[in-house]
Amino acid sequence: MQSSAFSLAETIGAVVQEHIGRVGPLMLVLHAVQERLGYVPSAAIPMIASALSLSRAEVHGVMHFYHDFRAEPAGNHIIQLCRAEACQAMGARALEAHVRGKLGITFGETTPDGRFTLDPVYCLGNCACAPTVRIDDDIHARVTPQRFDELLADLQGDGR
Amino acid sequence: MSIRVFVPRDTTALALQADAVAQAITAEASRRSIDLTVVRNGSRGAFWLEPLVEIEDESGRRAFGPVSPADVPRLFNNGFPGDCQDILALGPADELPWLKRQQRLTFARAGLADPLSIESYRSLGGFAGLENALALSPQAIVAAVKESGLRGRGGAAFPTGIKWQTVLDTPSTQKYIVCNADEGDSGTFADRLLMEADPYQLIEGMTIAAVAVGASEGFIYLRSEYPEAKKILLAAISRAEKAGWLGGDIQGSGKKFHVELRIGAGAYICGEETSLLDSLEGKRGLVRFKPPLPAIKGLLGQPTVINNVLSFAAATTVLAKGAAYYRDFGTGRSRGTLTVQLAGNIRRGGLVELPFGRTLRELVEDFGGGTATGRPMRAIQVGGPLGTYLPAAQWDVALDYEAFAGISGMLGHGGIVVFDDSVDLAQQARFAMEFCAIESCGKCTPCRVGSVRGVEVIDRIIANEHRAENLTLLQELCDTMVDGSLCAMGGLTPYPVRSALQHFAEDFNIRDT
Repeated sequence: MQSSAFSLAETIGAVVQEHIGRVGPLMLVLHAVQERLGYVPSAAIPMIASALSLSRAEVHGVMHFYHDFRAEPAGNHIIQLCRAEACQAMGARALEAHVRGKLGITFGETTPDGRFTLDPVYCLGNCACAPTVRIDDDIHARVTPQRFDELLADLQGDGR
Repeated sequence: MSIRVFVPRDTTALALQADAVAQAITAEASRRSIDLTVVRNGSRGAFWLEPLVEIEDESGRRAFGPVSPADVPRLFNNGFPGDCQDILALGPADELPWLKRQQRLTFARAGLADPLSIESYRSLGGFAGLENALALSPQAIVAAVKESGLRGRGGAAFPTGIKWQTVLDTPSTQKYIVCNADEGDSGTFADRLLMEADPYQLIEGMTIAAVAVGASEGFIYLRSEYPEAKKILLAAISRAEKAGWLGGDIQGSGKKFHVELRIGAGAYICGEETSLLDSLEGKRGLVRFKPPLPAIKGLLGQPTVINNVLSFAAATTVLAKGAAYYRDFGTGRSRGTLTVQLAGNIRRGGLVELPFGRTLRELVEDFGGGTATGRPMRAIQVGGPLGTYLPAAQWDVALDYEAFAGISGMLGHGGIVVFDDSVDLAQQARFAMEFCAIESCGKCTPCRVGSVRGVEVIDRIIANEHRAENLTLLQELCDTMVDGSLCAMGGLTPYPVRSALQHFAEDFNIRDT
């Protein structure tokens, strides 16, 4: 515990050093911490607050205002289903039901094996070729339940 | 010189396996010892044809689409990249009726070249507007934008020139240019396409604004849902700096302007300009009271031009070709071109740029070709999640700001989402409230609490519990949200709800009353 707390402090210190002095550094710091660790651990909040001369409440408030920041680690793959209107018009509601059933989880949850986290998203800007799914940094168009199963099978193959 | 083959790299093309298509073409050409160069261009926005592959030779550019990786060996068997007779052959790219019938000003360059090539941007007319601006006085630049009649393309349609004039007239040692690239409305992708297919146009437009009002710092606030646009913008900013189109001395003019890319974090409300400014400052994205206007007290309390991506882009046309040229397109008080995005259940979806004034029906029928599912169209939502649901009787409305206001609608950012007859408008109304509840910044009560109560009331109406009382309650709740909300989020959420109730009452279990 001692060493992990120490390394977290080092990470936060390095990240803050990189962004302090810029306009509105808190968002930059939270993004950078999440990029390095995959989430923003609760222990990081007082460290960030102190380094940026903010209150813990301010840091906590910003972190929880934005959907992107995670307080817990995500699964190996993050699957985002678009729930917005253009995708609804092309069957996103049915796709959502299929994906929940297939993974056995609902939005905001991670499969028990730690492989997949399922998140909602409201528009990925691919609205002419809906429904749209983002898996990690790849966006997929016209995703039918069958196509989703294929994409999932591709991921199963990678062992992660 | 080897033949050039274009394979788009915008988000939609990539989501339709454009990378695999490009790899297959390279591999197949190599296997057959054919000399060709694959260029990754932006997209022309004809998304229904993506991946749209083009061959460039002496005769011009010939298009093929939509091409899947599995099609590639057959294309080569049929003569690709030479004279190729194939079921996917579409003829000369510039002659595609869907593209030819558009009037592209802002998107004239989209899809023609590698989006990161400054040379291509220059050769296609890029930076001409900035060069003209550098030779003008700040007031003359602002006057041109005012005369063009350009109104903010983000959705609110406020005259861009008046905004710039206010910033120019407000004395300060530090002013800012902020680009709102938080394009969160479902059914819209014009900002994304511009940033991914023609990023220097945005940089040029922001720089024109900076020169006009005397700002030296600029920010692009991009939503995190656009990872490709992020990659392209980062590279474009860096290359523009190296080429002297950004930085400490722009093209030897002595003017300086720096642009920084900032990434949002998944909050729809940050598309509201004051919320965006708070977010840029590293805070929760709470909506601010107005006044003061951002033009007077914006980022860090300083005078700030904050405009949508397409507004900055349009300024390049105004400065390159003159205010009159731009103003001569359009109708009434809606001048210039409108970029419509055909989305949802539509056969030929994509980006259509036309002068204001065409009817919605022309767009969805002539360009869109009806639904993708082949079923009858039933409802069209225009203007994003806060836009009204229009029934067939209203599809002859002209696409201009005032005509839409006349039917209690809004053009917004130009997103058009088509639904077929399987849509349940009660569920869509419920979703409008649900979305508001999820995305409300929480600052004002009508929006924060009203949206939660709205979902509950609609659920009771659908379940036929005290139907008449709950319908009255819903109308009163909508009144409260419209009249009492601080910004458009709570203030406009009732529009899709009310239009669903008014025009599609049968979906709300109304038969049982």
